[in-house]
Amino acid sequence: MSAPVLEFEDFTYTYPGAAVPALAEVTLAIGEGELCLVAGMTGQGKSTLLRAACGLVPHFHGGSCRGAVRVEGLDTRDHGPAQLGALVGVLFQDPETQLVMGSVRAELALALESRGSTASEVARAVEEVALALGVDHLLDRPTAELSGGEKQRVALGAALVGRPRIVLLDEPTSQLDPVAGDELIALLRRLNRDWGVTVMLAEHRLERCLADVDRVICVSGARVVHDGDPASFLRHASHHAPALETPGARMFSLAGLHEMPVGVREARALLRAAGLASGRPVGDEPAVGEMACEARAAVREEGVLGSVTAANGRARGAGARGRVRGRTRRGAARHEAGGESALRLRSAWLELDRGPAILRGVTLAVGAGESIALMGRNGSGKSTLLRLAAGLLSATRGAVERSGRVALLLQNPSDYLLHERVDQEASAAALAAVGLQGMGARHTRDLSGGERQRLALAIVTDSERPPAVLALDEPTRGMDRHAKSELAEALRRRAREGQAVIVATHDPEFAAAAADRVLLMADGRIIADDTASGMLSGGWYFATETARILGGAAVGDRSGQAAGVALLPEQGAALLRARRARPSVVEGARA
Amino acid sequence: MSATLAGKALVYRRLPTPLHATRAWVGALWAAAFVLVALLISNPVVLGALAVALALAGAGASLGRALLRALRTAAIVAVPIVLVNVLVSRQGLTVFARLGDLGPFGQGDLTVEALVNGAVIALKVTVVILGTTLASLAVDPDELLAIARRLSFRSALTASLALRMVPLLGADARRFAEAQRTRPSAPSGVRARALLLGAVVAGALDRAMDVAATLEVRGLAAAGPSPRSTRARAPLSRHDIAFLASAAGMLALLAFAGLLGLDRFEAYPLIRLPLSWGTGALCAALVLVSTAPFLDRRGVEL
Repeated sequence: MSAPVLEFEDFTYTYPGAAVPALAEVTLAIGEGELCLVAGMTGQGKSTLLRAACGLVPHFHGGSCRGAVRVEGLDTRDHGPAQLGALVGVLFQDPETQLVMGSVRAELALALESRGSTASEVARAVEEVALALGVDHLLDRPTAELSGGEKQRVALGAALVGRPRIVLLDEPTSQLDPVAGDELIALLRRLNRDWGVTVMLAEHRLERCLADVDRVICVSGARVVHDGDPASFLRHASHHAPALETPGARMFSLAGLHEMPVGVREARALLRAAGLASGRPVGDEPAVGEMACEARAAVREEGVLGSVTAANGRARGAGARGRVRGRTRRGAARHEAGGESALRLRSAWLELDRGPAILRGVTLAVGAGESIALMGRNGSGKSTLLRLAAGLLSATRGAVERSGRVALLLQNPSDYLLHERVDQEASAAALAAVGLQGMGARHTRDLSGGERQRLALAIVTDSERPPAVLALDEPTRGMDRHAKSELAEALRRRAREGQAVIVATHDPEFAAAAADRVLLMADGRIIADDTASGMLSGGWYFATETARILGGAAVGDRSGQAAGVALLPEQGAALLRARRARPSVVEGARA
Repeated sequence: MSATLAGKALVYRRLPTPLHATRAWVGALWAAAFVLVALLISNPVVLGALAVALALAGAGASLGRALLRALRTAAIVAVPIVLVNVLVSRQGLTVFARLGDLGPFGQGDLTVEALVNGAVIALKVTVVILGTTLASLAVDPDELLAIARRLSFRSALTASLALRMVPLLGADARRFAEAQRTRPSAPSGVRARALLLGAVVAGALDRAMDVAATLEVRGLAAAGPSPRSTRARAPLSRHDIAFLASAAGMLALLAFAGLLGLDRFEAYPLIRLPLSWGTGALCAALVLVSTAPFLDRRGVEL
């Protein structure tokens, strides 16, 4: 390893008033030019580790510490964040609170101006960083008018403008859509490779960046429990922290394969080497005959696929057959053909006065007990559609019909917290329904992110009659995988009880786990409407990692019929086990 | 959609107009000249000419619609001024309504002079509001604060932060209110507003902590005097010169009007508004001088 630019030496830190340390006996050294991923569940110490590396801990947050943190040899106990600012750039989770000036140019210039750089130095650095990050066209734009992805880029530019040796990023993609998130990660990789900037990145969706990093530092219970390359981290995770496994690694682990893939490309290579791949390029889809062949074999060998396809089992038959028939507007057609709709939009438009049209003639029918995921880029109209469904907004043209109340859970659960105690926010029955029984006396601000999410869910569903439709707007932002899977299960349960569930999400894994049907939105329109199996396989952005690895291979039910596409690790693992048991199936499929 | 709605708020936005193309201190000086003339002149005809000039300037700066919104806001202030003045003032000889004996307030005689005087004050306030609105929409606050930072870094940065926190907290309040509306039994009335206010205040502390952390890592605590920006050191552009000349022209016309008594207006005891060719010429000159810089549109593109 090259000379360390950042060192933690037996560092222990406790926040003011806290009983237990947030970091305990942390010892690690980060070399120059390394790209490190900080992994861990929510509340385990990732953010504190990053805040200690830039001096905010202890200077800004207070508290007590033991041991030492050194940045380029400067002890953070003696040098505060302002002095370390020339060496360390920091990007936090929420871009809103990181932009303090009115225009992008002023934002980028602020850090250097505050350090007393000369005018020409400031001007040159602003130009360079704007060009490097591709925000030069935004320089004279007001920061208030930028999109989420643009704001995060500008905030990254503000962190980089002083050409720091280290960049610390705390879940920078959590509020971005998949495209903007991937762009940001690619940008970091380029900064790291081309300019040798050392990067420490805390992230929940590990599959998004694991293939790009040199090293993974895993934090659990305030301690660094693993420090090694991505492959060794995945081995560690499969034994000690399954919730941190990437979907691909989870699939391999469940399938009994010992080598862990750090990305889709490596996973496919490993499967090919093991003779378990069908050799199909990404995006290619299997023929119906091949799917049925694999499905029947899997069922014969395993006898379990019918149960593990619960996630997309509701779409049984429709997935495989639909793939042959075409992929548009099937879901809508299903409900238009018959059955009562819990929610129906007929050519709904929402046009702003002297502004753009946010929704453009959306037609949608959602049946009782149906689970739908809304996907699409930021600004595509997902949130507006949910607000329209819930009656927060009115359509300027078209109609919205509801069979009952539409409960809407907005993006930020903290927005719902108006009282001090949990039991003041919702009834005991509603709290029990979301698993918060016994927590009524807690202060609402003391709840964790997942608990706040559940409390918000209790608040919006707290009525004598359950809502006909439950709509959720990006409920998984900042959630770890465990919390996501709990939420997906809760939504499944509500759908089984007869509620229609609509969830806007950027997370294909969550969409696959929670929904039967997926709508893709763009420019205020629904541009594709398909089963989860149909939509979340074969694409680049809107596909699960399992589907991308397996190229959209089918799983079967007990009768041997193709039941859909393997979207989730459990489904993929069952398929791989079947392939291992009957390699001839794969050979046949290749032929 | 929130971003789109936020875009309608009164915030500076660089537009391809001569006023936006000037450097911030020149634009601010020009707007200040407008406001100064409005404050020092009482002649309603000249004030009317100033209002016309502001309307033309607003159109020239592509901010006509925003000024129209500001006019609505000004009306909220102006109408009470007229009403209060006519009710409170005991001056003037032309009574148009008698309210009788108002006890400790004396006779409630409403006079035409008090009404007109209130209207002139309201017009003055309206012109000041329009002038400051035009300045806030067309003058880059960051550039202005950058100049202030050279004098007092922390004070100017505090002002920047305050400007930034206002829309942030406004957005928070809108989100909280929307979340309230999604509750099956949403609180209403005063209680709802009290709960909302409490949530915004609690959220403001979180916001302030986050923004403070950002400023810490950007080196605020070690901040020294801010350098002159490269734009500030660049030679004056044609638009800078035009608007400086316009501001100087307006101030010269103000002095000229004072010397010749063209700005005279007396409301009490009887209305005296001397009108002459000089007054007309002053009005025309004010409109011409203040709007002439908008005629040259070379080099205004972003």
